[in-house]
Amino acid sequence: MVHIPILRAGRTYRSLKTVSVPHIKTGEPLVEVSQANRGLIAKDLLDLPYHKQTLSQHNILELIAICKDAAKLFTSADLPLDDGTQSPQEYIKQVSGTTGLPETLCRQNMGKIQGVLENIEQVLDGLTRELDLQILDNGWGLQNERVLSYVCETDALGAVLPSNSPGVHSLWIPAVPLKVPLVLKPGREEPWTPYRIAQAFMVAGIQPETFSFYPTNYSGANEILFRCGRSMLFGGGSTVAPWVNDPRVEIHGPGRSKIIIHDNQNGNCEAHLDLIVESVSKNGGRSCINASGVWVSEQGSDIAEAIAERLRQIEPKPLDHPEAGIAAWANPKAAQGISALIDRHLKQDGATELTTGDRVVELDGCTFLRPTVIWCEDSEHPLANTEFPFPFVSVVEVPSSQIEESIGATLVATVITEDDRLIDTLLTTPLIDRLNIGAIPTNQISWDSPHEGNLFEHLYRQRAFQRK
Amino acid sequence: MNLTQKIEKARSALDVHVREIVNWHFSPETGCPFWLEYAEGLDFDPRKEIGGYADLNCLGHFQDEWLRGGPVRRWVPKGYADKPVYVFETGGSTGIPKSRISIRDFQIDYELFSKTLSDEGFPPGSDWLMLGPTGPRRLRLAVEHLAQHRGGICFLVDLDPRWVNQLVRYGKNEELDAYKNHVISQALNVLKAHENVQCLFTTPKLLEALCEKISLQKVGIKGIFCGGTEMDAQFHRFAREELVPGIDFVPTYGNTLMGLATCKPYDPIDNYAIIYYPPQPRAVIELVNPDDPDQQVDYGETGRVMLTTLTKEFFVPRFLERDEAERAEPIPEYPWDGVENLRLLTELQESVVVGVY
Repeated sequence: MVHIPILRAGRTYRSLKTVSVPHIKTGEPLVEVSQANRGLIAKDLLDLPYHKQTLSQHNILELIAICKDAAKLFTSADLPLDDGTQSPQEYIKQVSGTTGLPETLCRQNMGKIQGVLENIEQVLDGLTRELDLQILDNGWGLQNERVLSYVCETDALGAVLPSNSPGVHSLWIPAVPLKVPLVLKPGREEPWTPYRIAQAFMVAGIQPETFSFYPTNYSGANEILFRCGRSMLFGGGSTVAPWVNDPRVEIHGPGRSKIIIHDNQNGNCEAHLDLIVESVSKNGGRSCINASGVWVSEQGSDIAEAIAERLRQIEPKPLDHPEAGIAAWANPKAAQGISALIDRHLKQDGATELTTGDRVVELDGCTFLRPTVIWCEDSEHPLANTEFPFPFVSVVEVPSSQIEESIGATLVATVITEDDRLIDTLLTTPLIDRLNIGAIPTNQISWDSPHEGNLFEHLYRQRAFQRK
Repeated sequence: MNLTQKIEKARSALDVHVREIVNWHFSPETGCPFWLEYAEGLDFDPRKEIGGYADLNCLGHFQDEWLRGGPVRRWVPKGYADKPVYVFETGGSTGIPKSRISIRDFQIDYELFSKTLSDEGFPPGSDWLMLGPTGPRRLRLAVEHLAQHRGGICFLVDLDPRWVNQLVRYGKNEELDAYKNHVISQALNVLKAHENVQCLFTTPKLLEALCEKISLQKVGIKGIFCGGTEMDAQFHRFAREELVPGIDFVPTYGNTLMGLATCKPYDPIDNYAIIYYPPQPRAVIELVNPDDPDQQVDYGETGRVMLTTLTKEFFVPRFLERDEAERAEPIPEYPWDGVENLRLLTELQESVVVGVY
C-alpha cells in the first residue's frame, strides 16, 4: 500500500500512528497516511523562524522561476512519494479514488494548480496590486516616487485544508514566492495534492524546510493554528467557531455563492441558463465558488423549472468516465444524511423540489447525490440560503429592494441586471467577497484578482518608513 | 517455572481470590449495602454459585451509572465500617460525577506499582512532582503516597481537568493556553527551587508543555511516570526519542474503577507498543466482542475492554468500558492477558461528519 509520510520541515518521518484511507469504490485501503502527534508539531514549529530565514535566501525573482519549474513538474513529472515515485496519472487516479471526484475533474483541477504556478507573476500582481516585488526582498523601496515598506507578520502560513477539491490548494501556493514557509494539515481524504505540490517545489529547488506537512487530528490542527502567526482554516460550524474572531486565522467557510438576476433581465432568463448550470455544477458542485443560490426578482418558479430541466440531464457516471461530472461521496452515510436533511426541510412550507427521482444513487460501487433544484418562495426558508457539496441550488424570489438585506454573507455573487441602483448597492455591501457584474460564472477566477481574501494582506503589513 | 505453569498458577490464584471477594461482598457481616440488596433480587446465592472468575457472568455486567449520585455509603463494606473512607470521582465534566469509595486500595495499588519501578529511574528517597489532575481524584493522593512509599516528598500543582474540558468544549483557546501556562509556570518553580525532585508524574500534554520550557534532564529528572488519554505508541516513541531522551519513561494506564495497570517493560522489539497488564488478581481485563460480550476475542484481535475489579473495598464485576484494544499474550512478569493499543471505542470515535467540507 502507498504510504504518505509526515514532512518535518521537508524531512520525511514515518509515524507509528497511521490512518488508512480506502478507495471509495472498492473499500480497500488505498493509502496509509502517517499521523503527526500534537507534541511533535508543537516541537517542530519552534524552529519556524529558522526555516523562514532559509527560504529568504532566495530573492522573489528566483522564487518565481522556481514556481514555473514546479508547474511543469507538478503536471508532468514522476515525483517522490515515500520510497517510490508518483506519476501524474497515478496522482489523478489516487485523488479520484479517495475523494470521489471524477478523474476528468481531477485533471481539470491539476490544470488549475499548474495555472497558478505558471502565472504566479500575474497572481502576485493581483495580490499586491503590482507592487515592485523587490521591495519585499529589501524590506523597503521606491515605487512611483514613493517610499514603501512592508513587514511580514509571520514565520509561516498554517493551512488546515479541506478534501473537497484539489484546486483549493492554489490558494496557499503564493505564500512560497512571498517567502513564507508553509505548515500544511491536509484533509483526511486528500493528502495527495499538498504533498505533490510540496514535492514539485522541492525538486524545482526550493529548500525542503519550506514545507511542513502534518496529517493530524483536531488537536494537531489546533496546534498549527495556535502557533503559526498567520493561517487559513477551511471548514464550517464548530470547526471554525473558536477562530472566527482571531485575526491571525483567515476562515474559509461555506461560500453560499449566488447568481442575482433582476427585473427586465428575467424575461431573458433562457440566455443565462448556461451560465447558471456551469456555476452550479462545474467541478461537481463541490467548490465554495459554485453557485448554491439563484436570486431573482420575478418569475422565480419558471426559472427554477428551466434550471431543473437542464440539471436533470446531469447523471452520475463512473469515476473514470470521460464525461463524469458529479463526484461520488467518500462517506455514503454523509450523502444519505444530507439527502435526509433536505427532505426534512422540504416538509416545511415554502419550498418545492423541482428535480425528480431518487436523490441518492448507487452506481459502480459508489454513492452519488443527483443535482437538486429547490424553488423557495421565502428567502428565510432553511433551504433558501444554504449549500451542500454537490450540485444543489435553490431559486429564491425576492424584490430587488430586499436583495441586499436578504443575501447574507456571500463568497461570490454574479449580478445580472441593468439596474444601476442595485449595482451600486451591491458594490458597497461588505457581505459579498467577490462581485461579478455581468454574465460571468461564479466559478470563473481571474489570475490577477484575489480570491477568498487577499493572501498578501494576510501575510504582510505596510508600515511607515523613513530613511536618512 | 515456565510461562505455562505461571499462567496456570495465576489463574488458580484468581479463582481463589474471586471466591474470597464474593464471600466478603455478599456476606451480611462484611458486604456493602449495595451488593447485599442486589443479592436479594437474585434467585441464587452468589457465595454458593461463584466458584471462580468464569462464574462471575451470572452477575451480568456492572453498570457505572450505579455510581452516579448517592448515597455513597451504600458502597462501604460493613467489614470496614470503622475505617476512614475516601471518595474519588471520575471525569464528571457534565452532570453529577460518578464516585467510588476507597479506604486503602489506592495505597495498595501504588505500593504494588512501586515494585515495578527501577531504583535508577526513580531513586528511593528522591522527591516527586505531581503535575496532573488534582481535586477529587484518586491520582493526586495515590502519587503522593507513591512518593512517600519510596521515601520521598511529593510537590503538587493544582489542576482542574473539568475546567480544562469546559474551555475545550467552548473553544476558549486563549484561556486554555493561559491556564496551561499558569500550571506550567508553577511546575517550573518547583523544579527550579527543589533540587531533590528527580521523579515526575504527568500527562502527555503537560509533559510536552513542560519540555518546551525546560530540559528535564538538566534539572535532574531521572524518571517520568506518565499516563493519560494521549498515550499511544507514537507518543511513547516521541517521548523517548525527542522529548525526554535518557530519562526513564514509564507509561501507565489507570482509572478510578480499576486502579493502575503497568506497562510491559520497554523492549525495542515492541516498536514502542503500549501493552498494559492489569494488577491481577485485584483487577482483571478481558477483551470481548462488542456485539457479544460473552465472547472473548483471540490474541491479537480487537475487543471491547471488560473490567472486573476484585478488592475487599470495591467489587466491580464485568464492567464494559468505553475503550477497546488488542488482546496481548501473557508474559513472565505478568502471566495473564494484557491489552495493547488501548483507545476509545471506534463506534464512539466515528461521529459522522455531515459538514460542508
